[in-house]
Amino acid sequence: MSETRKISVTVNGKTHEETVPVRVTLADFLRHQLGLTGTHLGCEHGVCGACTVLFDGHSARSCLMLAVQADGHDIMTIEGIAPDDNTLHPLQEAFRDNHGLQCGFCTPGILTTLIEFLRDNPDPTEEDVRIAISGNLCRCTGYQNIVAATLDAAARLRTQSTQTGS
Amino acid sequence: MKPPDFSYHDPRTTADAVGLLSTLENAKLLAGGQSLMPMLNMRFVLPDHVIDLNRVEGLSYIKERGDVLEIGAMTRQRDIEFSAAVKTKCPLMHEAITQVGHRQTRNRGTLGGSLCHLDPSAELVSVAAALDAKVSVAGKNGTRTIDFAEFPVAYMTPAIEPDEMLTAVAFPCWPARHGYAFVEFTRRHGDFAIVSAAALIEEDASGKVTRASVTLGGMGPAPVRAREVEQALIGEKIEEKRLTDICESLRSLEAVDDIHAPASYRQQLATVLPRRALLKAHRRLTGEAQS
Repeated sequence: MSETRKISVTVNGKTHEETVPVRVTLADFLRHQLGLTGTHLGCEHGVCGACTVLFDGHSARSCLMLAVQADGHDIMTIEGIAPDDNTLHPLQEAFRDNHGLQCGFCTPGILTTLIEFLRDNPDPTEEDVRIAISGNLCRCTGYQNIVAATLDAAARLRTQSTQTGS
Repeated sequence: MKPPDFSYHDPRTTADAVGLLSTLENAKLLAGGQSLMPMLNMRFVLPDHVIDLNRVEGLSYIKERGDVLEIGAMTRQRDIEFSAAVKTKCPLMHEAITQVGHRQTRNRGTLGGSLCHLDPSAELVSVAAALDAKVSVAGKNGTRTIDFAEFPVAYMTPAIEPDEMLTAVAFPCWPARHGYAFVEFTRRHGDFAIVSAAALIEEDASGKVTRASVTLGGMGPAPVRAREVEQALIGEKIEEKRLTDICESLRSLEAVDDIHAPASYRQQLATVLPRRALLKAHRRLTGEAQS
């Protein structure tokens, strides 16, 4: 009975042609229709940041978008940030090494947020990092290790870009 | 926590959007979705039709027209944040927008959405009040312009008819040599302000204020211009002791009492934040070291 639309959306480099009910959020589409359950839903009203994905390269809360709005757009979720199945992204490595997560529920949203942030600010201060993750709630860590992991990741990414000369 | 059932429309032109708005019953316009989507998820609103403006052409732009900055309704807050024109011509807006929500919400949130949602403590709403913005609204009979002072009619209620939509906002910019500051008090970065203060000043060669704009957000249903303070500042030199005296009168402003703060607390902030904003604006104008 719900109105539906056909959409074509690229997620983590792969294009999907899907039919979606128009009232379904992007978050629920990613989780239930595409099976990408790495995108988490905490509050479902745009406060906790757990559902953050990259929409055309910019971080956005996927609980505050409709799947139908993603038609023709490019999305990256947490499943798409590592270069391959055996290699972690430097952010993931830094979070592992610095104990930047405990339960891990908020981590996908924090990492997607930080991918955009570190792309724009490769050499942030601690305060910059705290402001960047101010829209992501973590109830385990007290943020200390998240900030440490982010600064470490920034350093790793700077080294990586120097080595590749980009 | 899922949106209710609705019919979805994604027009490509303003005329089509207005056409849908004037023919469909119980329709809601969807701009950046940072307020409407939570309200749909929580079922605070139950529209039969959602008209998505994200594919309407020509509503996202920042144009300099002489001393006026004209910004399209669907311009993302991100685009305002990173606009060189906004930073140079309207630094108050730049300072305010970095305090709007978070990066993830500014990437989607729009100027028009924020103004039409009209949260009493939204930063962009205060900026529009501070700068005497003019709002362009399109309806089936054409376009009309509303002075921002006339725009808020009640709590979260703009002076827009149900079959009209906001298309652009014109912000008159101050001359290159002016002081500005947007300061707010929040519990956490990115929260709506409990109280905010926007200040703009011009001074003559002797340092006396020749023009002032002081706006308080978060006190009542809409931002208030502190006209008496603006008048009292004319001819004065910006100095902390004098500002404390002048701003004390703001304690008598009406203020809301809610879960975030009692009215008396907001009234206290109303005496403090404009003073801080004016001092910061003055330091910027005179090039004194920032504190």
